[in-house]
Amino acid sequence: MAESARPRARQSDGVARINAALWKRAWLRATLTLTPPLAWFLVIYVASLVVMLVTAFWTVNPLANTLEHSWTLANFRTIFTSTYLTIIGRTVVIAALVTITDAVIAFPFAFFMARVAGPRSRRILFSAVLLPLWASYLARVYAWIAILQKGGVLNWTLGHIGLGAPNLGYTNVAIWLVFSYIWLPFMIVPVYSALERIPDSYLEASADLGARNWRTTLRIVLPLALPGVVAGSIFTFSLTLGDFITPILIGGASSNFVGNVIYSNIGTAGNLPFAAALAVVPIVIMSIYLLGARALGAFEAL
Amino acid sequence: MRANLSRAARSGEHRRVLAALGAVATGAAMIAVTVTSGLAGATTPRSGTAGLTPPEQGSPVPASIGKGEGQLDLIAWEGYAQPQWVKPFTKATGCAVSVKYAGSSSEMVSLMANGGGGQYDLVSASGDADLRLIYGGDVKPINMKLMPSWSSFHPFLQSPSFNTINGKHYGISYEFGPNVLLYSTKAFKSAPTSWSVLYNKKYSGQITVPDNPIQIADAALYLSKSKPSLGITDPYELTQTQFNAAVSLMKSEHPLIKKYWDLASQEISLFQSGTTVVGAAWPYQTNTLQAAGAKVADTIPSQGATGWADTWMLATKAPHPNCAYKWMQWVTTPKVQAEEAIYFGETPANTQACAIMNSLQKGSCAAYHANAPESYFNTIKFWKTPLAQCGNGKNDCVPFQQWASAWTQITG
Repeated sequence: MAESARPRARQSDGVARINAALWKRAWLRATLTLTPPLAWFLVIYVASLVVMLVTAFWTVNPLANTLEHSWTLANFRTIFTSTYLTIIGRTVVIAALVTITDAVIAFPFAFFMARVAGPRSRRILFSAVLLPLWASYLARVYAWIAILQKGGVLNWTLGHIGLGAPNLGYTNVAIWLVFSYIWLPFMIVPVYSALERIPDSYLEASADLGARNWRTTLRIVLPLALPGVVAGSIFTFSLTLGDFITPILIGGASSNFVGNVIYSNIGTAGNLPFAAALAVVPIVIMSIYLLGARALGAFEAL
Repeated sequence: MRANLSRAARSGEHRRVLAALGAVATGAAMIAVTVTSGLAGATTPRSGTAGLTPPEQGSPVPASIGKGEGQLDLIAWEGYAQPQWVKPFTKATGCAVSVKYAGSSSEMVSLMANGGGGQYDLVSASGDADLRLIYGGDVKPINMKLMPSWSSFHPFLQSPSFNTINGKHYGISYEFGPNVLLYSTKAFKSAPTSWSVLYNKKYSGQITVPDNPIQIADAALYLSKSKPSLGITDPYELTQTQFNAAVSLMKSEHPLIKKYWDLASQEISLFQSGTTVVGAAWPYQTNTLQAAGAKVADTIPSQGATGWADTWMLATKAPHPNCAYKWMQWVTTPKVQAEEAIYFGETPANTQACAIMNSLQKGSCAAYHANAPESYFNTIKFWKTPLAQCGNGKNDCVPFQQWASAWTQITG
């Protein structure tokens, strides 16, 4: 026992010395702590983005399907033709519509959760919001196909109450509906946390000063909840912008998203440089969006 | 070239879309790898724009098959290396098989870059990738004398132009299938005799065709009969004028289309629900729909049809050539041919597979036309890579990349 204790003591001497050295040199401590995550971030994340950007300026040999390293702007010029501008426009418009729809639905829901419901029903509501996230994305999209397609639940129901069959399956309206449904929890949660943070005293003060409920909502609650809405919109907008599965599954004949064209250029066409150039489009759009969101204080609400 | 989403029609929908996600991830990784190796100066200049002589034309072929190397590395479509025929193969030859599944023809071509890089032995390439591999020097000729099953092949698959050049066989044909006209027997009292139904306003909003650039060839095939003045003889070798005519026909079809399908199961669901009544399909959809009791049938109209045919091709730098030859022998035997045909829903190249197909699944031989007369197969124009070099030695044909970008314009 005594023998084995001695080396252990010597070892802790060593550890103590290293600790002392680190304690004296804060810069060394910081470097050692930050290097692994920073290196990971640089290599995996930034480097792959840079590589993608570089690829966008190259072309592909049509026969051998290999990259040709000659610099050209041709890929970017192609993006500015009517075909691709239409697709980008469709993607952005639907992403915006989805965001607005989710904000409109989420606000009253989150308001009820945060300020009206008791602790018990709040817990139940929270589970209800998050429960769909446990199910597979694909299962939920397929459920919507079953609802919207010809012979589906929606047609059947509306047909029986005499409103006619809307036949929404395989249309852009279907894409909008499905995206709005799928990303709704991502809007509700940040709006809820923004609403929850509003101190009761603000609302009481507003009421004391004679404001009715709607005025309090409009002048006090809405402005204070706005950063939450913007934070949620970052999710709903960017998730819609980058998705390509839902358009494939429930879209119609004119339902290509930017993601679909990127996908087909990587897969079917084997044109990596053009896919890379197209991938820059959502990056640019999101950068602009995030700058706007920061100005509206969305990052404090996250 | 069946987009990877529509490939492997039997595997579950989830798996397939996950495969799509995987393909995108692979694609991203491919960008990274290719670019990194490019920056490091590791890639050698390729004879990509080669003329009409394949680089490996003179490559020697073995006179006999030596002892197996104990290992075999394949690039294959999902469903092309199933345990039911891989396990007996390993048992019989001692060649352990590892498979890399590819998501698309282009991915296959990328993986086979530099003759397989000494990493892969064989690839189960489709006709639209074959010429790219042959002219890229990635595959080399094989000795057909070592393939006993070859003589029982359908004659049109013994030396097809998509894998045989100047009498050299760059691999052995495997399985194939036609792209048929699928229709609802409720909407059509008798089988449509022309592809014109896909361009007919009468069926507006009730038509579906595959989401695949090679579909332009279907329009070209139709035009070759309906507009002989265009002078289209081969739907994959189109001059700019012929190509434009095919593209504008497809653009005029666009408003009539309900959906461009990516997954075989989508088309099945479109017909099952009655959303569409006519469309381009594979026999697999027809068989599945009929088995489910849907009122549908398929036909090959008077203009003929396009189709796919897959070939096992030998990598120029194959590290295990003996095992590769043994594999090509194995998978062309009637039994494996029949098993593959039933598993995937396609037609075997070996005519002797018919009886075994029927014993595995009653009536399957006729269902997949494995016993059809040669005149039936002559109506099928099999996919091949559209190249700038037309067969006539001129360089005025539209290459595949332009097909791909035109397809985005068509589908919008």
